[in-house]
Amino acid sequence: MAQLTLPQNSKVRKGRHFPTEGGAGKTRRFRIYRHDPESGENPRTDTYDLDPERCGPMVLDALIKIKNEVDSTLTFRRSCREGICGSCAMNVDGTNTLACIKPIDEVKGEVRIYPLPHMPVVKDLVPDMADFYAQYASIEPWMKTDSAAPATQERLQAPEDREKLDGLYECILCACCSTSCPSYWWNGDRYLGPATLLQAYRWLADSRDEATGERLDELEDPFRLYRCHTIMNCTRTCPKHLNPAKAIAEIKKMMVARR
Amino acid sequence: MAEQSSGNGAPARPVSPHLSIYRPQLTSVLSILHRMTGVILASGAAMLCAWLLTAAAGERYYAWTEWFLTSWLGYALLAAWSWCLFYHLCNGIRHLFWDAGLGFSLKQTYASGAAVVVASFVLTGLSWGLGLACNLAG
Repeated sequence: MAQLTLPQNSKVRKGRHFPTEGGAGKTRRFRIYRHDPESGENPRTDTYDLDPERCGPMVLDALIKIKNEVDSTLTFRRSCREGICGSCAMNVDGTNTLACIKPIDEVKGEVRIYPLPHMPVVKDLVPDMADFYAQYASIEPWMKTDSAAPATQERLQAPEDREKLDGLYECILCACCSTSCPSYWWNGDRYLGPATLLQAYRWLADSRDEATGERLDELEDPFRLYRCHTIMNCTRTCPKHLNPAKAIAEIKKMMVARR
Repeated sequence: MAEQSSGNGAPARPVSPHLSIYRPQLTSVLSILHRMTGVILASGAAMLCAWLLTAAAGERYYAWTEWFLTSWLGYALLAAWSWCLFYHLCNGIRHLFWDAGLGFSLKQTYASGAAVVVASFVLTGLSWGLGLACNLAG
């Protein structure tokens, strides 16, 4: 059942304010969600004022600057800083994106930064992704075959069959789409969510995979697949410009076609 | 305080904010509107039943419905219901296209969403215009 408000222990309080170093000149204000599991206190939002002239262009640059120079307790995930690892997925200015490829200039006014929505928070901007990964594992994201592999070569695929995987294989599993989906917020324990379903379709669409029927059987469920109501927040928010909603629609079409 | 323990005695992890921080956008707003208009139309169906029942029951009973529906509140409700009907209808057709796997690009989604909103108001205006015109002529 959808719980529209946050539980008591999750309500966000007002936090501390860190003014800019110099005080004068231009400043950019960052309001960042903080949660320290060891404090036993509720989450809060801290504000940090930064001089944009002395900060890199992306939201991740600001986070790193804050961690290095202002408040070393600020915790977030990051790795590649070029939008290919998916580690720094978070909610910036009300939509999910990768902090490393989100320019600060695209945000008007205060830059509000929260963890991916409706996720258990480990610390600050770090959500617990265990369930998300378990859901991904549940669709068995590997090639399944019954036929014997060719003796002398790998399983080949025609270029036009390979093209069917474009827009699917590029997914980096950052979870921006799944955690933007209200349906996933309310039923995340039973609905697989856009990221996992896009991956499910990636294997359904693969001409070399021979477990299509079995895969569709697994998805034929009121919750796993059919909690998608074509809200389209997933496609709107995907930092890789993929289209999970379209992939889910293709799965639904396959379900009808095999009847 | 904690709603649920994580199992090792530690208090449950907080849930990150969702509805309260996620930016409303055409995609999600039209989606929730579709559901809300559906619920409102269900109450409209009750009104429709009342209208038919009282019409069948006789002139005396029908006069009550007539009185209610021609009051300002009745007109306001009918206007709201008729808009809900057209919005739900148009967006339902949009859903049919989606079910066929069509119109999934962001550009198409925004265009069809805007078209649905415009069409719902145009159709509501047209039907009221026609209805009132016929009423005056009759």
